[in-house]
Amino acid sequence: MTTNSRMQRRFAALKDENRAALVTFTTAGDPNYEHSLNTLLGLPGAGADVIELGMPFTDPMADGAAIQLGSQRALANGQNMVKTLQMVRELRKQDQDTPLVLMGYYNPIYRYGVDTFLKEAADAGVDGLIVVDLPPEHDDELCVPAAAVGIHFIRLATPTTDAKRLPGVLANTSGFLYYVSSTGVTGAAAPTPEKVQREVEVIRAHTDIPIGVGFGIRTPEQAARIAQFADGVVVGSALVDCIAGAQTPEAGTAAVLSLVSELSSAIRTAR
Amino acid sequence: MSTDTSLRQGPDASGFFGRFGGRFVAETLMPLILELQDEYERAKQDPAFHAELETLRKDYVGRQTPLYLAERLTEALGGAKIYLKREDLNHTGAHKINNCLGQILLAKRMGKKRIIAETGAGMHGVATATVAARFGMECVIYMGSTDIHRQQPNVQRMKLLGATVIPVTSGTGTLKDAMNEALRDWVTNVDDTFYIIGTVAGPHPYPALVRDFQAVIGEETREQMLEKEGRLPDTLLACIGGGSNAMGLFHPFLDDTSVKMIGVEAGGEGLDKRHAASLKGGEPGVLHGNRTFLLQSDDGQIQDAHSISAGLDYPGIGPEHAWLHDINRVEYVAVTDDEALEGFKALCKLEGIIPALESAHAIAYVQKLAPTLPKDHIIVINLSGRGDKDMATVTEHLAAELAE
Repeated sequence: MTTNSRMQRRFAALKDENRAALVTFTTAGDPNYEHSLNTLLGLPGAGADVIELGMPFTDPMADGAAIQLGSQRALANGQNMVKTLQMVRELRKQDQDTPLVLMGYYNPIYRYGVDTFLKEAADAGVDGLIVVDLPPEHDDELCVPAAAVGIHFIRLATPTTDAKRLPGVLANTSGFLYYVSSTGVTGAAAPTPEKVQREVEVIRAHTDIPIGVGFGIRTPEQAARIAQFADGVVVGSALVDCIAGAQTPEAGTAAVLSLVSELSSAIRTAR
Repeated sequence: MSTDTSLRQGPDASGFFGRFGGRFVAETLMPLILELQDEYERAKQDPAFHAELETLRKDYVGRQTPLYLAERLTEALGGAKIYLKREDLNHTGAHKINNCLGQILLAKRMGKKRIIAETGAGMHGVATATVAARFGMECVIYMGSTDIHRQQPNVQRMKLLGATVIPVTSGTGTLKDAMNEALRDWVTNVDDTFYIIGTVAGPHPYPALVRDFQAVIGEETREQMLEKEGRLPDTLLACIGGGSNAMGLFHPFLDDTSVKMIGVEAGGEGLDKRHAASLKGGEPGVLHGNRTFLLQSDDGQIQDAHSISAGLDYPGIGPEHAWLHDINRVEYVAVTDDEALEGFKALCKLEGIIPALESAHAIAYVQKLAPTLPKDHIIVINLSGRGDKDMATVTEHLAAELAE
């Protein structure tokens, strides 16, 4: 793994600015390819520091209703892995600095072929992967091969990740660690910031890599509170809800980018 | 038999049967799955655990179940001698209770107070609700809305037994979607909840422990067959959705090379149309915690299964079956909805036994197979469940005949 990746440069720069990263999640192809791409291309300008792009899957077992429905909208409109990788190439034509992480489940990658996927993803400009159903026990499947082509494998740590498991979870993690603040699915209510802060501090004692916090963060106020102690704040379901609730796809893009701007402002003044 | 060539040693320490199996779950669930594995290993070594399970099997479930010579079916088909392993006579009407009893004893050992399960036909849901009532635990059952409609009697049974039945409307509202929703509940309530998975699938150690609890079917069959015929059967036959009743019958015979085994998948409307035959019509993939054969698109999206039988309506299959298919130890075939209905009718009329539509798939295949075999060839069919729950479906499909 390179020691000077786009991801590492971004987190280092933000550390110098003494602020947390805004990490946004939207699903590729939601509600359709064209408007999802418009949203993606607008994210860096609106204030997203790291972009997570969901690879839609029929059976998102760790996701709540919002992201399930986002996946369904995308798939119903013909989204597939080829198109998702094409979106990354489109982003890279105009943005060379914003790290992009593909997030999803293993089966679409497995079916695509791990080697083919990794080669195309690296060529397209993908910086990291979050694959929910690949725990450290299965690092040989994707995590280790991803590192070999310079793609970070970003691991989730959760409230159930105890002291015994933490070293294994951290072992092959790079880029950043995604701390899932609650047990449960995406979009569920978050616990108190004080509790999350304590848990993040426990993890920080074991690692130097940046720690992003997600699950249940919806508003600028919540984001600012988490940004006081975390290196990154992940917002997903709230953005996907903007698309679901919009009258038109254009309005969905506008609503996402507007919320991203508000979240970004809040994070910039949090500390 | 020597242990290093035995086919009964799987899975390996990581939960793999060959290239299938594993623990493909979210990090939140990993500690719990490892804890379950440890507890199961301890339970296996604990005579008190086995004693309690044995007593419940005998006095609560009514084991052992009969191995019944189906004389009129045998005569009608004019070939091989056919025995039925009567799992339909278990308390709650199917083999599912064998597994639920084992798992609820594990839940009790782990101090869990809340039980969740997914169900397709409702037989696993009923069995889970039953053991939860028996052990005084809260019980939540996830069931697809399509299945709720076609399996009403089982929904009412679960409610009577004190379970909360939560309809699942995502996807096609069948077993796969119910399992997604149960996994979402589990990941949310990981501290106090035990997930009783109903088949030989899911993350390790579920495929192994469900198999072990169901292996009582094959163990009894072996003993009963030796008693009745003085030899082992020639062919074992069972229907397969996830594959728990088949694995329960097959596993104790895997090292007996003279015993042929055939798993019957749900061919739905035909393998070129909508079906639920993951081995005959699927490709390897990862879903619900394990790598196995799945019905899926070229893009790795899971496709909806179709079967007349709700219990077989699942786009995957247990990983040990996928492995047994890989190494050609078990033959897997498929029969269609229409053939299953014919098997259903035949067993009603010839033997006075109303089989579950799931089990009717195995009957349908024996109708093709038995006539091709000599009279001294012995077949055992696992009659995995009874058909009371299927009256609405059958009535709908056979409306014209039943109106006569």
